[in-house]
Amino acid sequence: MTSTGRGGTTTAAPPPGPGQLAGLPRVPLRHYGRWVSAAVVIVLVALLVRAFAQGGIEWSVVGRYLTASAILHGLQNTIIITLCSMALAIVLGVLVAVMRMSANPVTRTVAFGYIWLFRGIPVLLQLLIWYNLALVFPTVGFGPFEARMIDVMTPFMAALLGLGINMSAYTAELVRAGILSVDKGQIEAAQAISLTPNQIRRRIVLPQAMRVILPPLGNEFISTLKMSSLAAVITYGEMLETAEFIYYSNNRVIELLIVAAIWYLAVVSVLSVIQHFVERRFGRGFQSTPTRKARSIGRRLKGAPEQ
Amino acid sequence: MSQPQTERGATPVVRAIDLHKSFGPVHVLRGVSLQVRTGEVLCVMGPSGSGKSTFLRCINQLERVDGGELWVRDELVGHKLRDGKLYELREREIARQRRGIGMVFQRFNLFPHMTAVGNVVEGPMRALKRNRSDAHAAARRLLDRVGLSDKYDAYPGQLSGGQQQRVAIARALAMEPYLMLFDEPTSALDPELVGEVLDVMKALAGDGMTMIVVTHEVGFAREVGDTLVFMDDGIVVESGPPRDVVSAPQHPRTKEFLSRVLG
Repeated sequence: MTSTGRGGTTTAAPPPGPGQLAGLPRVPLRHYGRWVSAAVVIVLVALLVRAFAQGGIEWSVVGRYLTASAILHGLQNTIIITLCSMALAIVLGVLVAVMRMSANPVTRTVAFGYIWLFRGIPVLLQLLIWYNLALVFPTVGFGPFEARMIDVMTPFMAALLGLGINMSAYTAELVRAGILSVDKGQIEAAQAISLTPNQIRRRIVLPQAMRVILPPLGNEFISTLKMSSLAAVITYGEMLETAEFIYYSNNRVIELLIVAAIWYLAVVSVLSVIQHFVERRFGRGFQSTPTRKARSIGRRLKGAPEQ
Repeated sequence: MSQPQTERGATPVVRAIDLHKSFGPVHVLRGVSLQVRTGEVLCVMGPSGSGKSTFLRCINQLERVDGGELWVRDELVGHKLRDGKLYELREREIARQRRGIGMVFQRFNLFPHMTAVGNVVEGPMRALKRNRSDAHAAARRLLDRVGLSDKYDAYPGQLSGGQQQRVAIARALAMEPYLMLFDEPTSALDPELVGEVLDVMKALAGDGMTMIVVTHEVGFAREVGDTLVFMDDGIVVESGPPRDVVSAPQHPRTKEFLSRVLG
């Protein structure tokens, strides 16, 4: 618009026609709805923060117990049981997934039954069953070796079996989905360069399946971490049980629960970062598309027109 | 079915005798018999569902033959003859039989998580146990040969269809095959990319490679092929020098198909 256009009614210059629009300023669409929703959300969050600040929470107690040795010991146990049960879940899960896809109907059916059973029963219940197994099996024996069930089924052992086997049923399905996602042509191409079945699994199928398996497996890892708190009911000394013991004696219930919550969030954050890097490692060859997509999502969030 | 008995080489590389193959109730191969001699380029044409791809896939045992005999270089494919019985081979034995046979697929089937060089060295390093530096040097030479000197480290997702198919050809050649199988290698390509793949195949034929090519490219068959086989409904309907079959087809089904393909 030139200066002659100012003042509105003074000029009778005709609006520019086709071919005359070059260089005119472009006014982006205003998204007023976004400002309103942002304001509403900010107010709600502020209210929530204020409520917690005004409540009777002794934040100094939270700070003091955050690094108390009992809590750190509980944290250590939580991490140990998570890592061990995830390791067990992955080993059993891969095994069951392979059985589930086997040409042998017997192994296929057994694998199906395994998944049905351990995915169908609540984890808390499974933990209790493992822990109380001594009630029905007083001794356990492998060939010539025999031991009392009470000695074998420690709280750690019961938590490991309960969490690990439960998660393995989910892992088996993840692994199976990942393997099924690999195109049949990939296996044929690998056969055509005369790789053996073992090499095909290790070099061609698994690396590609991993790309599909990893995101949900990361979620599963995080779930296991949080589910390990259920092991408190079978007296495994993980973080939540430790926190409970402390507040039984000093009555700082919410403070200690917040301490535990902070540590859970911290560990989950670390796991998410690790997951990001592992996923990038297995995303090789697929990067070009995601980045382009990410850029276009970024543009859309900023409200800029898409190219 | 009379086969031309005096072709270029003396030894048949592939000999199919009355091959049969069914997928469930569908009888796909109904007695295919043919021979491919050393250095020969055999082109196979036919309508979809005629069994030409299945025949090709039987040769390197991506499909198991139900009946008949398939001999590759004087060795029975897929079975071992002992005490008057045919025993099915183990996977390891099948892998060994496939070693000298290269295959190129319609949909390229490159390994997406490996670079071009990674795709080409996979077979030599894992199946032939070549050392890393030899395999990589050979892979670069092969990629140069198919015109991809600047794409060594590109992932398949970063390459055009024609480039991917040329990597796939290099990958097959890296196994130093005596026989190359092409399963409609240009059917999935945009028209302007077909030429670059056909050129690589022509050069390969010129070097004396024995090839079986399932294709709809009549021009390629006429120019490069030694023999053209026309298949329909699971049998070989007609075969002969490509020029003769294309210009003067004898069988009505060949005539009908060619008139449709040539427009």
